[in-house]
Amino acid sequence: MRRLRKHFSRKYLREEVLPTPFCPGCFNGVVMNVMFKAFEELGVERLKGYVFVSGIGCSSWIPSPHIKADTIHTLHGRAVAVATGVKLAKPNLNVIVIGGDGDLAAIGFNHLVHAARRNMDLLVILVNNLVYGMTRGQASPTTPEGMRTVTTPYGAYEPVMDVAELIARTNANYVARWCVANFNQLKNSIKEALSKHSKGFRFIEVIAPCITYVVRYEGKTPGQKIKELMKVCRPNTETPYGRIGILKAEDKPGYLDRYFEYVKRATEGDKGE
Amino acid sequence: MSACSVEVDRNLCKGCGICVSVCPKNALELSPNIGPSGYRYPVLKGECIGCKTCTLYCPDFAITVVCDEGGGQG
Ligand code: SF4
Ligand code: SF4
Repeated sequence: MRRLRKHFSRKYLREEVLPTPFCPGCFNGVVMNVMFKAFEELGVERLKGYVFVSGIGCSSWIPSPHIKADTIHTLHGRAVAVATGVKLAKPNLNVIVIGGDGDLAAIGFNHLVHAARRNMDLLVILVNNLVYGMTRGQASPTTPEGMRTVTTPYGAYEPVMDVAELIARTNANYVARWCVANFNQLKNSIKEALSKHSKGFRFIEVIAPCITYVVRYEGKTPGQKIKELMKVCRPNTETPYGRIGILKAEDKPGYLDRYFEYVKRATEGDKGE
Repeated sequence: MSACSVEVDRNLCKGCGICVSVCPKNALELSPNIGPSGYRYPVLKGECIGCKTCTLYCPDFAITVVCDEGGGQG
């Protein structure tokens, strides 16, 4: 039999680990396609010089074991802290953090917000599935009010945390929020965050509702949900998931610029007057 | 006669139906047959225009598009 054609994403994947452990229809796979399409369009054929860091959770499985690059699977919530260390030790590497709402916005929010305050030279992709998916769908800080989950059978009653807006209020350079159905806009944001705005802290939130503990509870199939998100997530509008679009795009010096400037001042000061 | 068709890696496909749903020509359906991983895989039922929307959205890197003349890989 003739060999099958390969999907474009597979050149960026460690093929020996496929199929993924994700549920059928899990939007993590779509996020991977968007990211790989961005790399393809940037002319990056091999991910040399890129390091992917993740913590714990379903979307933390996107880099490791799947992406054919250097990957570090760290402790729950600590991906941004480890990524900061990688970037400071090896400033020439492109460091990308991928994690979920439970990892980055709940247990690891302190690291996230301080890296944003420092304008640390990292790209952070938050795959917001709206619940704690890996532990079976408990309500998380990003669960929209009124949404039914296993821990909120009468609807979530806690006010929601708008992570992208919070990060946009810090010193971060680039903040965007797209739904997983905004394929092209999300892809362009990732490209911008790796090329035009490649300095400082870049934060992209992707709304990717958990297929098993959100979408199935809504009585919808993955296909129905993605069509719904295509309609709901119009750029620059308010949605049940917050404002969709690019919330901020600046070119302030990143942490490393400031740090090396500081080192220079310190060493010149030693020699001088 | 359609100039384009799809190829599905049945070892990877999980039968989620996203490709069926996003196809702008409504050209796909899930086969009644079960693939080696225990899932129903998509097959072409109508005319495929080679837009590759199914490929972009397939979360399991399973479906690709082939066209007779020019372009159409991936
Ligand atoms: S989108 Fe991919 S995994 Fe889902 S049914 Fe289609 S080919 Fe199979
Ligand atoms: S390439 Fe386009 S028209 Fe053809 S099956 Fe895929 S989505 Fe449908």
